[in-house]
Amino acid sequence: MKRSLSSIVTLLVLLGVILSSCAPAAPTEAPVAPEPTEALAGEQPASTDAPAKAEENITVGFTSSLTGAQEVSSKRQVAGFNLWMDQVNEAGGIKLSDGTAVKIAAQTYDDESAKERVQELYTRLITEDNADFLISPYSSGLAAAASIIAEQNGKIMITAGAAEDDAYKTGNTSLFQLYTPGSQYLLSTVDMLKTLEPEAKVAIVHENDKFSTSVVEGLKPYLESHGFEVVLEEGYASETTDFGRVINKIVESGATVLLGGGHYPDGSTFARQLYERQAGLKFVSLLVAPADSKFPELGDAALGISTSSQWELAATHTKEEADALGKPWFGPTGEEFAAAYEEATGEKPTYHVAGGYMTGLVLQKAIEDSDSIDPEKVKAALEAMDIFTFYGGVKFDTSPEAHGLQVGHQMVVAQWQKDDAGELVRKVIWPADVANADPLYPIPAPE
Amino acid sequence: MQQINLLLTSLPDGILLGFVYGLAAMGLTLIWGVMNVINLSHGPIIALGMFGTFYLFTRIGLNPYAGLILVAIVGLLLGILIYAVAVHRVINAPHLSSLLATFSVNMIIIGLGTAAFTTSPYNVDFAAGGFKLGSITLLGTRLIAALVAMLFTGGLYLFLFRTRPGKYIRAVANNRAAAELMGIPSTRILALSFGLGTMLAAVSGALIATFFPFSILAGGSYELKSFVIGVLGGLGNPIGALFGGLVLGMLEGIIPAFMESSWVPVIEFGLFVIILLVRPSGLFGAKQQ
Repeated sequence: MKRSLSSIVTLLVLLGVILSSCAPAAPTEAPVAPEPTEALAGEQPASTDAPAKAEENITVGFTSSLTGAQEVSSKRQVAGFNLWMDQVNEAGGIKLSDGTAVKIAAQTYDDESAKERVQELYTRLITEDNADFLISPYSSGLAAAASIIAEQNGKIMITAGAAEDDAYKTGNTSLFQLYTPGSQYLLSTVDMLKTLEPEAKVAIVHENDKFSTSVVEGLKPYLESHGFEVVLEEGYASETTDFGRVINKIVESGATVLLGGGHYPDGSTFARQLYERQAGLKFVSLLVAPADSKFPELGDAALGISTSSQWELAATHTKEEADALGKPWFGPTGEEFAAAYEEATGEKPTYHVAGGYMTGLVLQKAIEDSDSIDPEKVKAALEAMDIFTFYGGVKFDTSPEAHGLQVGHQMVVAQWQKDDAGELVRKVIWPADVANADPLYPIPAPE
Repeated sequence: MQQINLLLTSLPDGILLGFVYGLAAMGLTLIWGVMNVINLSHGPIIALGMFGTFYLFTRIGLNPYAGLILVAIVGLLLGILIYAVAVHRVINAPHLSSLLATFSVNMIIIGLGTAAFTTSPYNVDFAAGGFKLGSITLLGTRLIAALVAMLFTGGLYLFLFRTRPGKYIRAVANNRAAAELMGIPSTRILALSFGLGTMLAAVSGALIATFFPFSILAGGSYELKSFVIGVLGGLGNPIGALFGGLVLGMLEGIIPAFMESSWVPVIEFGLFVIILLVRPSGLFGAKQQ
């Protein structure tokens, strides 16, 4: 009896480990209708005024993480895409030269932040829902899982929230990345540190996942080449909630600067515990979490925490920049985009929202440029694309070694600081020419 | 030398956390010990305890430690309800039936919780100070949590060994048929035991919420730890669970001093398998069948 009970317990734990790695089962597999957003009539990014002769409908398929670890950022990405889609449809669709209006329909499912679900659902999107184009799920891990299905079926997939480099270096030809690649994520932060404290001792502590690891792979050699001493390099599991021991290691290492993190759940927890334990670091930059508008819920623990951001309204890109660079401008201004999003949702857009919006805008530009919805022609237009938008430059690597990798986009460094009213606000602190505040350095000690 | 320092700074944290792990595991092992039911709804109930603290603190402004009383009462009643609805009818059925019943409860709670709270992380913005002893930082929330865990353990011990219902529970655990022949209302005692088990899970969740963020899915990892602790301390031995919790907490304090933190679960579950193989009744010995 006792043996059989022990066997059951063993089986249960193994089952539990497997289940816990799979995220919870979804209550339904029914398609999730995109949340409606209000489009602003004056800000629709549609193109020509040619009279519509016919209407074509295309289906854009993607999964979103309505549950699980990627929920926060994924929902924002989807909200950005929905805003673009609503604006285009409200404006009568994307107009082709023969007068055809191309209207957009989204087909989406909850992937529960699970890779297995992503592969199953992208297969379904392609084979059953006949999606014409694909948008990636949020996060490098999920996007890598989806990219295999997209590539196998030859479907164009525009990726946002998927910065890891490797997926574009394995011979894929159907992926087009919007984010600055992970290996370059923290390089501008290092450039800034060079001006703040060239002798800083750096601890790199990061989530053990595809994205964060790719960031570190680019970061560490760059730090060393700039003369910084890396005194600690440590990974932690994605589900980590207790950072006490890691923080003890950071303190013991004598580090003055911490670079790392991963995604929202772990990053926000890490920041809170750094504050509680008075780690005494002069500068902290974490990936993803501080870029979210939920981050100030941490209160004073958010003060001074920096992040690399794909886009900030305070440093939004302009037509003047595009003109100076000699690149064609496309889409709304940053202010128009932010106002439309705020009117639709009541929230200020983060870079994840901008990334979601840009997936649509880039697809629109490619359809307009190719004057077709034929996938091969759209793909050729994407490969030839070299534009400038409120989000910044968009240009894809077309070499066989790194096809689809983003090569035209630059990041900024943002930091949570207090304004005159004592409210936490995210300020752009680097590059200096677009910064709207000086870096808060060193971070003030907790009172 | 750096490793010794690291050990000294991390070990107290691990020990304090171990008390709370022990409290969570006590709930699981009490239910197992009394009625041979593995409660797979243990994790979500821990998560519900976390949400209890969150709402009492953020909405009503109740101190999390005062809120523990409410969380404990609701946990007890919820456990009795779960027993009556899902467990009672399968209590004498093969183990698989009760496993499936509690697994169903697990899925129901997670489903409802996801609909109500989403799976976004929640955070109880509460601090109880802390102090430094050299390089060691002791956080007030963890110290109080350890103290509360000890109080609950002591209370459970007194309840089981000094009160009539507690003695009934032990009698039912030892031999249900004989206990019934002695006039002990076994159904009510089983319901009470299940209620106590879920109460301990909910209280441990309420304590964990004061130092870690959480979501409705957060209970899963503590449920797994509870299994490991249950085996360490002896499945069916609630007091041994506290010891098991301390061992696990210490391991979590010691391991990162010598290797990457990501090795912690590997070693924890490796130990779990070894103990099941070498000493299946646990280090403290489980109830003999």
